[in-house]
Amino acid sequence: MSAVLFFGAGAGAIAGAIGVVLLRDPFYSVLALVGHLVCLAVLFLLLRAEFVAAVQVVVYAGAVMVLYVFVVAYVGGEGDRFELGQLSERVRSHGFPSSRMRIGGAVLGGALMIELLIAMLGTGLHGIGGHGAGYSPGPRTFGTPAYIGKLLLTRFLVAFEVASFLLLIAAVGAVVLARRRGGLEGEEAGEALAPLGLAPPREAGTMAEGVGPALAAAPRHAEALPAPAAGAPGGPRRKPLP
Amino acid sequence: MSIAWYLAVSAIVFTLGAIGVIARRNPLVILLCLELMLNGANLALIAFSRLWGNGDGQILALVVMTVAACEVCIGLGMIVAIHRRRLPIDVDELRELQG
Repeated sequence: MSAVLFFGAGAGAIAGAIGVVLLRDPFYSVLALVGHLVCLAVLFLLLRAEFVAAVQVVVYAGAVMVLYVFVVAYVGGEGDRFELGQLSERVRSHGFPSSRMRIGGAVLGGALMIELLIAMLGTGLHGIGGHGAGYSPGPRTFGTPAYIGKLLLTRFLVAFEVASFLLLIAAVGAVVLARRRGGLEGEEAGEALAPLGLAPPREAGTMAEGVGPALAAAPRHAEALPAPAAGAPGGPRRKPLP
Repeated sequence: MSIAWYLAVSAIVFTLGAIGVIARRNPLVILLCLELMLNGANLALIAFSRLWGNGDGQILALVVMTVAACEVCIGLGMIVAIHRRRLPIDVDELRELQG
Protein backbone atom coordinates (compact mmCIF):
# COMPACT_ATOMS: atom_id res chain seq x y z
CA MET A 1 0.00 0.00 0.00
CA SER A 2 2.69 2.47 0.97
CA ALA A 3 4.69 1.49 -2.11
CA VAL A 4 1.72 2.22 -4.38
CA LEU A 5 1.18 5.57 -2.68
CA PHE A 6 4.86 6.38 -2.89
CA PHE A 7 5.18 5.64 -6.58
CA GLY A 8 1.97 7.49 -7.40
CA ALA A 9 2.89 10.57 -5.40
CA GLY A 10 6.54 10.49 -6.47
CA ALA A 11 5.60 10.25 -10.15
CA GLY A 12 3.10 13.07 -9.63
CA ALA A 13 5.73 15.23 -7.94
CA ILE A 14 8.28 14.67 -10.70
CA ALA A 15 5.66 15.23 -13.42
CA GLY A 16 4.59 18.45 -11.73
CA ALA A 17 8.20 19.62 -11.58
CA ILE A 18 8.70 18.82 -15.27
CA GLY A 19 5.52 20.73 -16.04
CA VAL A 20 6.73 23.78 -14.13
CA VAL A 21 9.96 23.82 -16.10
CA LEU A 22 8.56 23.07 -19.55
CA LEU A 23 5.14 24.72 -19.85
CA ARG A 24 5.16 27.99 -21.77
CA ASP A 25 2.30 29.78 -20.05
CA PRO A 26 3.24 30.85 -16.49
CA PHE A 27 -0.32 30.21 -15.38
CA TYR A 28 -0.05 26.52 -16.27
CA SER A 29 3.32 26.44 -14.54
CA VAL A 30 1.65 27.64 -11.34
CA LEU A 31 -1.04 24.97 -11.66
CA ALA A 32 1.63 22.31 -12.19
CA LEU A 33 3.39 23.56 -9.08
CA VAL A 34 0.17 23.20 -7.09
CA GLY A 35 -0.10 19.57 -8.20
CA HIS A 36 3.55 19.04 -7.33
CA LEU A 37 3.05 20.47 -3.84
CA VAL A 38 0.05 18.26 -3.13
CA CYS A 39 1.97 15.16 -4.24
CA LEU A 40 4.87 16.25 -2.05
CA ALA A 41 2.49 16.54 0.89
CA VAL A 42 1.50 12.90 0.33
CA LEU A 43 5.19 11.98 0.44
CA PHE A 44 5.53 13.92 3.71
CA LEU A 45 2.62 11.96 5.13
CA LEU A 46 4.31 8.72 4.13
CA LEU A 47 7.37 9.94 6.02
CA ARG A 48 5.22 10.49 9.14
CA ALA A 49 5.51 14.27 9.00
CA GLU A 50 1.82 14.95 9.47
CA PHE A 51 2.07 18.54 10.65
CA VAL A 52 4.50 19.54 7.91
CA ALA A 53 2.23 17.94 5.31
CA ALA A 54 -0.75 19.91 6.58
CA VAL A 55 1.28 23.12 6.55
CA GLN A 56 2.47 22.32 3.06
CA VAL A 57 -1.08 21.99 1.74
CA VAL A 58 -2.59 24.91 3.64
CA VAL A 59 0.21 27.46 3.43
CA TYR A 60 2.04 26.50 0.27
CA ALA A 61 -0.57 25.07 -2.06
CA GLY A 62 -3.17 27.40 -0.61
CA ALA A 63 -1.84 30.82 0.28
CA VAL A 64 1.44 31.17 -1.59
CA MET A 65 0.03 29.77 -4.82
CA VAL A 66 -2.94 32.15 -4.65
CA LEU A 67 -0.40 34.98 -4.45
CA TYR A 68 1.30 33.57 -7.54
CA VAL A 69 -1.98 33.28 -9.42
CA PHE A 70 -2.81 36.90 -8.66
CA VAL A 71 0.56 38.13 -9.88
CA VAL A 72 0.40 35.97 -13.01
CA ALA A 73 -3.03 37.37 -13.76
CA TYR A 74 -1.67 40.87 -13.27
CA VAL A 75 1.60 40.47 -15.15
CA GLY A 76 1.99 37.09 -16.76
CA GLY A 77 0.08 37.23 -20.03
CA GLU A 78 1.93 40.24 -21.29
CA GLY A 79 5.29 38.84 -20.28
CA ASP A 80 4.57 35.61 -22.11
CA ARG A 81 3.51 37.28 -25.33
CA PHE A 82 6.59 39.43 -25.13
CA GLU A 83 8.80 36.41 -24.68
CA LEU A 84 7.30 34.53 -27.62
CA GLY A 85 7.53 37.41 -30.07
CA GLN A 86 11.01 38.29 -29.00
CA LEU A 87 12.32 34.77 -29.16
CA SER A 88 11.36 34.29 -32.79
CA GLU A 89 12.69 37.73 -33.67
CA ARG A 90 16.00 37.02 -32.05
CA VAL A 91 16.43 33.63 -33.65
CA ARG A 92 15.74 35.14 -37.05
CA SER A 93 18.00 38.18 -36.70
CA HIS A 94 21.25 36.96 -35.23
CA GLY A 95 20.66 33.44 -34.01
CA PHE A 96 20.45 34.12 -30.31
CA PRO A 97 21.84 31.08 -28.52
CA SER A 98 18.74 30.33 -26.51
CA SER A 99 18.78 26.68 -27.56
CA ARG A 100 22.44 26.49 -26.61
CA MET A 101 21.48 27.95 -23.24
CA ARG A 102 18.84 25.24 -22.85
CA ILE A 103 21.29 22.47 -23.71
CA GLY A 104 23.84 23.95 -21.34
CA GLY A 105 21.21 24.08 -18.62
CA ALA A 106 20.25 20.47 -19.21
CA VAL A 107 23.90 19.33 -19.15
CA LEU A 108 24.56 21.26 -15.96
CA GLY A 109 21.39 19.85 -14.44
CA GLY A 110 22.37 16.30 -15.34
CA ALA A 111 25.79 16.77 -13.77
CA LEU A 112 24.14 18.23 -10.66
CA MET A 113 21.76 15.30 -10.39
CA ILE A 114 24.53 12.72 -10.66
CA GLU A 115 26.49 14.60 -8.04
CA LEU A 116 23.50 14.81 -5.71
CA LEU A 117 22.66 11.14 -6.11
CA ILE A 118 26.26 10.19 -5.36
CA ALA A 119 26.32 12.51 -2.36
CA MET A 120 23.03 11.29 -0.87
CA LEU A 121 22.84 7.65 -1.83
CA GLY A 122 26.53 6.82 -1.90
CA THR A 123 27.20 7.79 1.68
CA GLY A 124 27.39 4.25 2.91
CA LEU A 125 24.88 4.92 5.66
CA HIS A 126 23.16 1.64 6.36
CA GLY A 127 19.99 3.37 7.51
CA ILE A 128 19.35 4.84 4.07
CA GLY A 129 18.44 1.41 2.77
CA GLY A 130 16.04 0.84 5.66
CA HIS A 131 12.71 2.24 6.65
CA GLY A 132 13.96 4.66 9.27
CA ALA A 133 13.73 4.68 13.01
CA GLY A 134 11.02 2.88 14.92
CA TYR A 135 7.60 4.45 14.97
CA SER A 136 4.61 3.83 17.20
CA PRO A 137 1.40 5.73 16.53
CA GLY A 138 0.06 7.88 19.29
CA PRO A 139 -1.18 11.39 20.11
CA ARG A 140 2.25 12.85 20.95
CA THR A 141 4.54 10.81 18.79
CA PHE A 142 6.98 11.90 16.12
CA GLY A 143 5.56 14.39 13.63
CA THR A 144 2.27 15.27 15.30
CA PRO A 145 1.38 18.91 15.98
CA ALA A 146 1.96 18.44 19.70
CA TYR A 147 5.48 17.15 19.09
CA ILE A 148 6.36 19.92 16.63
CA GLY A 149 4.86 22.58 18.87
CA LYS A 150 6.81 21.39 21.88
CA LEU A 151 10.04 21.41 19.88
CA LEU A 152 9.31 24.87 18.45
CA LEU A 153 8.67 26.38 21.87
CA THR A 154 11.53 24.71 23.71
CA ARG A 155 14.61 23.74 21.75
CA PHE A 156 14.01 25.87 18.68
CA LEU A 157 12.50 28.95 20.29
CA VAL A 158 15.15 31.26 18.87
CA ALA A 159 14.69 29.91 15.34
CA PHE A 160 10.93 30.30 15.70
CA GLU A 161 11.22 33.94 16.77
CA VAL A 162 13.77 34.72 14.07
CA ALA A 163 11.46 33.18 11.45
CA SER A 164 8.56 35.30 12.62
CA PHE A 165 10.74 38.41 12.51
CA LEU A 166 11.84 37.47 9.00
CA LEU A 167 8.20 37.25 7.95
CA LEU A 168 7.60 40.73 9.37
CA ILE A 169 10.59 42.11 7.44
CA ALA A 170 9.36 40.46 4.22
CA ALA A 171 5.87 41.89 4.64
CA VAL A 172 7.23 45.40 5.16
CA GLY A 173 9.62 44.95 2.23
CA ALA A 174 6.84 43.79 -0.09
CA VAL A 175 4.72 46.80 0.81
CA VAL A 176 7.66 49.15 0.18
CA LEU A 177 8.47 47.46 -3.13
CA ALA A 178 4.97 47.33 -4.56
CA ARG A 179 3.51 50.63 -3.41
CA ARG A 180 2.79 53.33 -5.93
CA ARG A 181 5.27 56.17 -5.87
CA GLY A 182 6.46 59.06 -7.94
CA GLY A 183 9.97 59.80 -9.13
CA LEU A 184 11.45 57.60 -11.79
CA GLU A 185 8.31 55.55 -12.17
CA GLY A 186 6.25 58.51 -13.41
CA GLU A 187 9.03 59.51 -15.80
CA GLU A 188 9.28 56.02 -17.21
CA ALA A 189 5.54 55.73 -17.60
CA GLY A 190 5.47 58.99 -19.52
CA GLU A 191 8.32 57.83 -21.73
CA ALA A 192 6.76 54.46 -22.45
CA LEU A 193 3.35 55.92 -23.21
CA ALA A 194 4.65 58.77 -25.36
CA PRO A 195 4.62 56.80 -28.68
CA LEU A 196 0.90 56.38 -28.30
CA GLY A 197 0.42 60.09 -27.65
CA LEU A 198 -1.48 59.33 -24.48
CA ALA A 199 -1.20 60.82 -21.06
CA PRO A 200 -0.69 58.14 -18.41
CA PRO A 201 -3.97 57.00 -16.91
CA ARG A 202 -4.72 58.37 -13.49
CA GLU A 203 -4.36 55.08 -11.68
CA ALA A 204 -1.04 54.12 -13.27
CA GLY A 205 1.13 55.46 -10.46
CA THR A 206 2.08 58.90 -11.69
CA MET A 207 4.27 61.35 -9.84
CA ALA A 208 1.29 63.58 -9.16
CA GLU A 209 -0.38 60.66 -7.45
CA GLY A 210 2.75 59.90 -5.46
CA VAL A 211 3.41 63.39 -4.06
CA GLY A 212 -0.19 64.36 -3.41
CA PRO A 213 -2.54 67.04 -4.65
CA ALA A 214 -0.06 69.92 -4.29
CA LEU A 215 1.72 69.11 -7.56
CA ALA A 216 -1.24 67.60 -9.37
CA ALA A 217 -1.75 70.81 -11.30
CA ALA A 218 1.79 70.70 -12.77
CA PRO A 219 2.04 69.81 -16.50
CA ARG A 220 2.12 66.14 -17.38
CA HIS A 221 5.22 64.47 -18.77
CA ALA A 222 3.55 63.20 -21.88
CA GLU A 223 2.81 66.68 -23.12
CA ALA A 224 6.35 67.94 -22.56
CA LEU A 225 8.08 65.08 -24.35
CA PRO A 226 9.22 65.38 -27.98
CA ALA A 227 7.64 63.43 -30.78
CA PRO A 228 8.14 59.66 -30.59
CA ALA A 229 11.10 58.17 -32.37
CA ALA A 230 10.30 56.77 -35.79
CA GLY A 231 10.28 53.04 -36.20
CA ALA A 232 10.07 52.30 -32.51
CA PRO A 233 8.00 49.14 -32.10
CA GLY A 234 4.98 49.30 -29.91
CA GLY A 235 4.75 47.57 -26.62
CA PRO A 236 6.77 47.86 -23.47
CA ARG A 237 10.16 47.90 -25.17
CA ARG A 238 12.93 50.00 -23.74
CA LYS A 239 14.98 52.28 -25.93
CA PRO A 240 18.50 50.93 -26.53
CA LEU A 241 21.17 52.54 -24.44
CA PRO A 242 23.70 54.73 -26.26
CA MET B 1 9.66 2.15 0.99
CA SER B 2 13.24 2.67 1.99
CA ILE B 3 14.51 6.17 2.63
CA ALA B 4 16.78 6.02 -0.42
CA TRP B 5 13.79 6.30 -2.76
CA TYR B 6 12.67 9.53 -1.15
CA LEU B 7 16.17 10.92 -1.44
CA ALA B 8 16.22 10.03 -5.14
CA VAL B 9 12.93 11.87 -5.70
CA SER B 10 14.27 14.85 -3.79
CA ALA B 11 17.43 14.93 -5.94
CA ILE B 12 15.37 14.75 -9.15
CA VAL B 13 13.06 17.56 -8.05
CA PHE B 14 15.99 19.75 -7.01
CA THR B 15 17.71 19.13 -10.34
CA LEU B 16 14.60 19.99 -12.33
CA GLY B 17 14.31 23.23 -10.39
CA ALA B 18 17.95 24.06 -11.08
CA ILE B 19 17.47 23.40 -14.81
CA GLY B 20 14.46 25.70 -14.80
CA VAL B 21 16.36 28.48 -13.04
CA ILE B 22 19.13 28.24 -15.63
CA ALA B 23 17.06 27.84 -18.78
CA ARG B 24 13.89 29.88 -18.30
CA ARG B 25 13.82 33.65 -18.78
CA ASN B 26 10.52 34.71 -17.26
CA PRO B 27 11.26 35.80 -13.67
CA LEU B 28 7.91 34.41 -12.53
CA VAL B 29 8.86 30.95 -13.74
CA ILE B 30 12.31 31.36 -12.23
CA LEU B 31 10.67 31.99 -8.86
CA LEU B 32 8.52 28.89 -9.35
CA CYS B 33 11.65 26.86 -10.10
CA LEU B 34 13.28 28.24 -6.95
CA GLU B 35 10.27 26.88 -5.09
CA LEU B 36 10.96 23.51 -6.68
CA MET B 37 14.54 23.57 -5.43
CA LEU B 38 13.43 24.49 -1.91
CA ASN B 39 10.87 21.69 -1.99
CA GLY B 40 13.48 19.18 -3.06
CA ALA B 41 15.57 20.26 -0.07
CA ASN B 42 12.52 19.98 2.17
CA LEU B 43 11.84 16.43 1.06
CA ALA B 44 15.43 15.46 1.81
CA LEU B 45 15.21 17.10 5.24
CA ILE B 46 12.05 15.25 6.14
CA ALA B 47 13.43 11.96 4.82
CA PHE B 48 16.49 12.35 7.01
CA SER B 49 14.28 13.34 9.92
CA ARG B 50 12.41 10.06 9.47
CA LEU B 51 15.68 8.19 9.11
CA TRP B 52 16.90 9.28 12.55
CA GLY B 53 13.48 9.43 14.20
CA ASN B 54 14.25 12.99 15.23
CA GLY B 55 12.08 16.08 14.78
CA ASP B 56 14.88 18.55 14.07
CA GLY B 57 14.65 18.04 10.31
CA GLN B 58 10.94 18.81 10.34
CA ILE B 59 11.57 22.06 12.22
CA LEU B 60 14.20 22.99 9.68
CA ALA B 61 11.71 22.18 6.88
CA LEU B 62 9.20 24.54 8.49
CA VAL B 63 11.86 27.27 8.65
CA VAL B 64 12.67 26.65 4.98
CA MET B 65 8.95 27.08 4.19
CA THR B 66 9.00 30.41 6.04
CA VAL B 67 12.02 31.55 4.08
CA ALA B 68 10.33 30.45 0.85
CA ALA B 69 7.24 32.48 1.72
CA CYS B 70 9.41 35.55 2.35
CA GLU B 71 11.24 35.00 -0.92
CA VAL B 72 7.95 34.74 -2.82
CA CYS B 73 6.71 37.90 -1.15
CA ILE B 74 9.76 39.95 -2.08
CA GLY B 75 10.17 38.40 -5.54
CA LEU B 76 6.57 38.98 -6.54
CA GLY B 77 6.78 42.52 -5.17
CA MET B 78 9.80 43.13 -7.38
CA ILE B 79 8.01 41.68 -10.42
CA VAL B 80 5.01 43.92 -9.80
CA ALA B 81 7.34 46.92 -9.46
CA ILE B 82 9.07 45.99 -12.75
CA HIS B 83 5.68 45.69 -14.43
CA ARG B 84 4.63 49.10 -13.08
CA ARG B 85 7.67 50.72 -14.67
CA ARG B 86 6.71 49.18 -18.04
CA LEU B 87 9.95 47.24 -18.22
CA PRO B 88 9.94 43.86 -19.99
CA ILE B 89 9.33 40.83 -17.75
CA ASP B 90 12.43 39.06 -19.01
CA VAL B 91 15.69 38.49 -17.17
CA ASP B 92 17.74 38.83 -20.36
CA GLU B 93 16.37 42.30 -20.97
CA LEU B 94 16.84 43.58 -17.42
CA ARG B 95 20.55 44.25 -17.78
CA GLU B 96 20.92 47.75 -16.46
CA LEU B 97 23.20 46.69 -13.62
CA GLN B 98 25.37 44.78 -16.08
CA GLY B 99 26.40 47.97 -17.87
